[in-house]
Amino acid sequence: MSQTQTHAHSEPHTSNKTYVLVAAVLAMITAVEVMVFYIDALRPVIVPILVVLSAAKFTLVVSFFMHLKYDGRLLRSLFAGPLLVAIAIIVAMMALYGAFAVGAA
Amino acid sequence: MDHEAVMDMHYTTTGIPHRKVLIWTFIGSECMLFGSLIAAYLAYRGRSVVGPYPEDLLNIPFITVTTFVLLMSSLAMVLALSAVQRGNRRGAKIWLAATAILGLIFLGGQYYEFSHFVHEGLGLSRNLFSATFFLLTGTHGAHVTVGVIWLLSLLGMEMKGNLGPEKAEIVEVAGLYWHFVDVVWIVLFTVIYLLV
Repeated sequence: MSQTQTHAHSEPHTSNKTYVLVAAVLAMITAVEVMVFYIDALRPVIVPILVVLSAAKFTLVVSFFMHLKYDGRLLRSLFAGPLLVAIAIIVAMMALYGAFAVGAA
Repeated sequence: MDHEAVMDMHYTTTGIPHRKVLIWTFIGSECMLFGSLIAAYLAYRGRSVVGPYPEDLLNIPFITVTTFVLLMSSLAMVLALSAVQRGNRRGAKIWLAATAILGLIFLGGQYYEFSHFVHEGLGLSRNLFSATFFLLTGTHGAHVTVGVIWLLSLLGMEMKGNLGPEKAEIVEVAGLYWHFVDVVWIVLFTVIYLLV
C-alpha cells in the first residue's frame, strides 16, 4: 500500500502558521516585483529579475498551497510534464517571431 | 477508518485518490492551454500598428492591488481546507466565504479594467495587443468565475452541514483548481503588466 493510501481521508499537510508565512512571503515578493518595475537603473536586467521572482512565487504556491511538495512522483509528473511542454511552446513561438534576435525589443 | 470515509475515497491502482489524479491531469492540460495563449501574446508583443498601446493604458498600482487580493484568496483557500480537515465548521464557512468574496473582488477589478480599456478605444479587435490581451485575461477571468461558483457550491454544502472532514477531499480538489488559477495570474501579472 502506498503512502497516500494509508490516509483514511484528506488530512492537513502543513500548519496554518506555515500557510500565513508563505502568504506573507508571496506578498513581499510581489512588492519587490513592483519596486523593480519602477527602478529605471534595473531596466537592462528587468527580465531575468522578474522571471526569477515570478518563478519563486509560482514554486511557493505549487509546493505549499497545492501540496505538491508532499505528493507522490506521479502527481508531480502530471504537472511538470505539461508545464515543460507549455514552456517549450512559449520559447519556440518567441524564437519563431524573432524575440531573441539581436536588437529585438 | 470508518465506513463512510472508506466509501468516500476511491483509489486508483496507483494508490492515489482518483479525484486527485483527475484534477492534476486537468491542471496539466490547462498548463498547455495557458502556455499557448501566453505564447501568442508574447509573439505579438510590441507589434500593434495602431494605438492605444499597453503602456498608455495599463495601471500598475491598481493591478497590483487585485493581484494581492488573488494571492490572499489562495491563503483563505488553504485555511478553508485546513478547517474542513480539522472539523472546524465555523472556520470552514468563514474561509470559504472569504475565498469566494476575494475572487469576486478580483473579477470586479477585471471588469473595471476591461470597461476602462474599451472606453479608451481599445476594443477586442482594435490591434494585436487588444486581441491577445482580452483573450488571455478573459480566459483567466472565466476560470476565476468557474472557481467562485465552485466555492459558493461548497459553501452551500457547508451551510447544510454536508461538508465534514470525510468530504475534505472535494474541498482539496476545488482548492487545487483555485491555486492553479492563482499561479496562472502570477505569470500573467509579470508577462503582461511588469514586462510591458
